[in-house]
Amino acid sequence: MIWDQIWMVVWTLIKILAIIVPLILCVAYATYFERKVIAFMHVRMGPNRVGPWGLLQPFADVLKLLTKEIIFPKNANKFLFLIAPIITLATAFAAWAVVPFEDGLVLADINAGLVYVLAMTSLGVYGVIIAGWASNSKYALLGALRSAAQIVSYEIAMGFALVGVLVASGSLNLSDIVRAQEGGIVHWYLWPLFPLFIIYYISGVAETNRAPFDVAEGESEIVAGFHVEYSGAAFAIFFLAEYANMIIISALTAIMFLGGWYSPFSGDSWIAQPSIVWFLGKTCIFMYAYFWFRASLPRYRYDQIMRLGWKVFIPITIVWIMVVAVWKVYNVGPWWN
Amino acid sequence: MISPELFQQLIFYVFATFTVGSAMAVVTVKNTIYSALFLVLCFFNTAVLWMLIEAEFLAITLVLVYVGAVMVLFLFVVMMLDVKQAKASQLKQSYTKAALLIAAAMLVELMMLFAYKLSGQIPTDELIRQEAGYSNVAEVGMELFTHYVYPFEIAAVILLVAIVAAIMLTMRKREGNKQLDAAKQININPAERIRVVTMKAEKGQGQGEES
Repeated sequence: MIWDQIWMVVWTLIKILAIIVPLILCVAYATYFERKVIAFMHVRMGPNRVGPWGLLQPFADVLKLLTKEIIFPKNANKFLFLIAPIITLATAFAAWAVVPFEDGLVLADINAGLVYVLAMTSLGVYGVIIAGWASNSKYALLGALRSAAQIVSYEIAMGFALVGVLVASGSLNLSDIVRAQEGGIVHWYLWPLFPLFIIYYISGVAETNRAPFDVAEGESEIVAGFHVEYSGAAFAIFFLAEYANMIIISALTAIMFLGGWYSPFSGDSWIAQPSIVWFLGKTCIFMYAYFWFRASLPRYRYDQIMRLGWKVFIPITIVWIMVVAVWKVYNVGPWWN
Repeated sequence: MISPELFQQLIFYVFATFTVGSAMAVVTVKNTIYSALFLVLCFFNTAVLWMLIEAEFLAITLVLVYVGAVMVLFLFVVMMLDVKQAKASQLKQSYTKAALLIAAAMLVELMMLFAYKLSGQIPTDELIRQEAGYSNVAEVGMELFTHYVYPFEIAAVILLVAIVAAIMLTMRKREGNKQLDAAKQININPAERIRVVTMKAEKGQGQGEES
């Protein structure tokens, strides 16, 4: 009996590790891949010195960061300064608990999964705000304030886009949302929810503070924003959390609009079988789009970001939720079952 | 050997202690930023307590709305204001009186609740446990849109009016406001703004030229 309980705890820990370890490796190679993609877009070579084709570059970077000293700024609040990167990383990892990789392959299959993910991604902003304030630096504080305003604004558009998904699928459970999209590419929510899909992904880019919405760490304006005072391992943790958040936004877009683990083909052939490979492939498309944006788009100005979030995205999402609700009630199209 | 019920009670007392402790810290610490962060901790622990009574949707919504949005704005404002650490002498006496009144009212309410509980007017038996697979979310939705539809909609309209009123009250046009109109910028006609002049190339004979 007691051994059963202990075994359950150990087994859950093993499952958590089975998600976290590949995730960290993915983050390591996402940084390598990003540098390569941007390099090829700039007609450069990218990292190519450490290991064959530069494949060991991420490990070299990690080792370098871990062996560096963590410097505390003068009069900085040490406790908050240290806990800020931990909060950022913890929330970035916690959101992965409800992500279904395949039918039944999920750590916690909870009913309110969608709300949980939204809550966890919105908690990440605390790391940014606390880091900015505890650093006792003007640039860091400016970065934190920009980030807070940006995340709160885009959270609303993101939430409304998710309401559209909720209306369409009739469930907050991520596995059920994927199951509602079974049966080939025409059944994916990509088509009926197309404006919401675009808005969700763009809001996701804004929420992760990535280019072209990277005013929170705009190098040319406020040096590096909220993490300007961080060095060594603490900086590495911010970096890790940022990429983990990017991957989760990509994964969620794949789950909610591109049918998760389902194949785009219908029928009984081997290529139409649902598999985790489809899920990972779809996630990679959105990861690539992140790098593509970074290489090709200039940074938005602060007022432009606010205008896009409040005056463009929110009205479009509200209108489209009503359109989807009407479609669903009158059963127009092949998406509602 | 710990039974599940005892384990749950242990968890309850741990998180309840944290809730009460952080709530006390909100009002006792001098630094406003710490105060706001303790409030966040308090909300978070309350969410865990709700989770223990299987109100998972409400718990997550509490985190999403209060921790994820409201407190972020609180912190935002507190950081912008740069409040100096308040001294005891700066506190107004009238506030203390009002606070005591509210505290007394809450104390009376709590005591009435305990009295009801002791006299058995509130069901004292255990929480009704639902079997696995029961959807808390669907239940909340059904209740809100059937049984409580008028209170829910009226509250929503009041909140909307409050938002619009707050924006209207705080909006003011300042002199020399340099706000840009995006539509105007996009629909600009180049012919109105620049004049293209064709001229022959000239040899440099202007000022500052040597030889």
